[in-house]
Amino acid sequence: MEIKAPTPQIPPAVWTEFKDLQEWEKLHQERQEGDKHSALFESITEGIFNFPGGFVVTTLADGFLNWARKSSVWPVTFGLACCAIEMMATFASRFDVERLGMVPWASPRHSDLMIVSGTVTIKMAPMLKRIYDQMPDPKWAVSMGSCANSGGPFRHGYHVVKGVDRVIPVDVYVPGCPPPPDSLLYGLLKLQEQISHFRKTGQRAAPTEKTD
Amino acid sequence: MLTHTQARPLIQERLGISATGEGPLLVVEAPPDQWLALGRFAKAELGCGYLSFVSAVDWKEQGLEVVARVENLEAGFALMMKCKLGAGETRCASLVPVWRGANWMERECYDMFGVSFEGHPDLRRILLPHDWEGYPLLKSYAVDTPHPPYR
Amino acid sequence: MNMGPQHPSSHGVFRAILTLEGETVVAVDAVIGYLHRCHEKLSETLTYTQYPSIASKTDYVAAMTSELAYVRAAEMVGKIDVPKRAQYLRVIAAELQRVASHCLWLGTWCLDMGGALGGGATVFLYCIREREDVLDLFESLTGARLLYGFHQVGGTRYDIPAGWAQKCRATVDKIDGRINEFESMLESNAFFMARTQGVGTVSRELAQEVGISGPLIRGSGVNYDIRRAEPYSSYEDFDFKVPVETAGDCFARYRVRMIEFRESIKIVRQALDGLPEGPISSRPGVKSVGQVRIPKGEAYARVEGARGEVGCYLIADGSAKPYRMKWRGASFSNLAVLPHIIPGHKVADVVAIMGSVDPVFGEVDR
Repeated sequence: MEIKAPTPQIPPAVWTEFKDLQEWEKLHQERQEGDKHSALFESITEGIFNFPGGFVVTTLADGFLNWARKSSVWPVTFGLACCAIEMMATFASRFDVERLGMVPWASPRHSDLMIVSGTVTIKMAPMLKRIYDQMPDPKWAVSMGSCANSGGPFRHGYHVVKGVDRVIPVDVYVPGCPPPPDSLLYGLLKLQEQISHFRKTGQRAAPTEKTD
Repeated sequence: MLTHTQARPLIQERLGISATGEGPLLVVEAPPDQWLALGRFAKAELGCGYLSFVSAVDWKEQGLEVVARVENLEAGFALMMKCKLGAGETRCASLVPVWRGANWMERECYDMFGVSFEGHPDLRRILLPHDWEGYPLLKSYAVDTPHPPYR
Repeated sequence: MNMGPQHPSSHGVFRAILTLEGETVVAVDAVIGYLHRCHEKLSETLTYTQYPSIASKTDYVAAMTSELAYVRAAEMVGKIDVPKRAQYLRVIAAELQRVASHCLWLGTWCLDMGGALGGGATVFLYCIREREDVLDLFESLTGARLLYGFHQVGGTRYDIPAGWAQKCRATVDKIDGRINEFESMLESNAFFMARTQGVGTVSRELAQEVGISGPLIRGSGVNYDIRRAEPYSSYEDFDFKVPVETAGDCFARYRVRMIEFRESIKIVRQALDGLPEGPISSRPGVKSVGQVRIPKGEAYARVEGARGEVGCYLIADGSAKPYRMKWRGASFSNLAVLPHIIPGHKVADVVAIMGSVDPVFGEVDR
């Protein structure tokens, strides 16, 4: 029996529906309609917060949750290009990112962090977005290397997305071509610092001078 | 075993094309209708079983030129085969029946230059997305041509 | 079944659409191009001085050899001589790079076959440890860990710093001892042998037709090494062996690479011993980006990279930028053999075969 190889199907480009990045980020930060559990949770926390003296409870709970979140950030093993090799070196013996509580995990469904390590091309961008969408909230993204930050040396290429922040929102940018593991570690520590400023109901902290 | 000094007169005799190039590198320029015949001859009689690459060059007004490099590993000589397609012409015979490895290389060539290889079993874009417009390595294509939605 | 483009075992962004019949693969459609960074078009806009550091981003695991291919092509067109010392430095860099690259290959390959090796990350962590030692050498030589910009047209950009030779010798001695450790660890493992022997056999004829090169073609019984066939950069001065295995399966490729480790270390020692004095570049003081001009002409330069024949076909038109540059990536041809060898194997073998091919997607997609 002869089986013909199937023609590859490219997923539809859903990002075309969005006008710009701000609209895209809004979608990610606003809660979907009909999400009763989150609404209930939010009203409870709001209630405790507004009760006289209740802010102590929410602040303590915030502190605890943020400590838990920041000390178990699991990055998805998502290697794109040259920086992926340095990312692997960061995960491996000498630099050992596991001591920061980061376990490289091969499934986006169980991960909190996406390290975009390398050039994002127009062909890859829909896949990248899909993987980001598959990650459960709360999630963070680190843009590693100048290619992911801005396109880097390939910025003028016809097939290169000029910065991954045109596809997904990014929390920390790590410069370098490629950034050595030390700078990636510094970036990850900065991310942990940012996570510890996380607000009570799981919203991203407003950009302050200290975190951004 | 056939050496490159013996190969030169053989090419002249069989195809009527004189090979240029120095030493173990033979450069043969074939007209488009002899392209496949040259490929078959190179594999069968010159023993060039190793396919190095297939590519193309855009010579602006003079049109496209398809370049292929094959090698005889035992004798240690290489054959650079060139074929000027002529201005505005994009059709060329495919080398896949001769070397199986030409499959991906010709797909890449089609992707980048728009050379349509006749006789290729599966000619579609390989590196760029399927809905891409234009052929990037042509000289008329600007390097920073924008592609929506990413400016 | 869809595999990729984000798959932990694909070493990058590669998508394989496998048609299955039960557990057996009957057809495979490989989708590449997720990392197409327009190298060939960009090289037409960058000068001969600027491009070598971008060339290192094609094969980013073995950046030294990809720089060397581009620089050699420019030197061949322009008929520029390279001083002997620079040639030796290039050899040292290329061979150390081969050691580093093979370390990474061995580590990731064993990681991919993970479960079979009993907590497969062991070999990965060991290999990265050796690789870091080599990268330290590169860091003190060029200041960068991964992408160097070490070569320039006419020679090399940096000379070795004081004390580097001793450090280099100590490092290669250390690695030499540890390769035996890896070998005894892997070859006494029944799972490893079962997963590699007889898997992914490439015949001699197929190997030539598809144009695979490097350890793959030598694993298929073809004695083809560019360092031997067309010695460049003074490779004719060194005494080394070209390993050839005839089985053509994953284990044969593994054996070839393990012997290459030792041969590379041997070459590094010889080159350090015979390192001549003299200038490191025939064009000293080339600073401005437009200063290197290459006369009209064309050349195809090839070097033996860690993955095989890295070639650069350069057409110059007399200006400071090339008219056309065709990059012949070793991994591109090596990967093209996958649709021919995967059908008939089980799904689990796909990972082992992919790993033994050792593709680097920067070079496949360019």
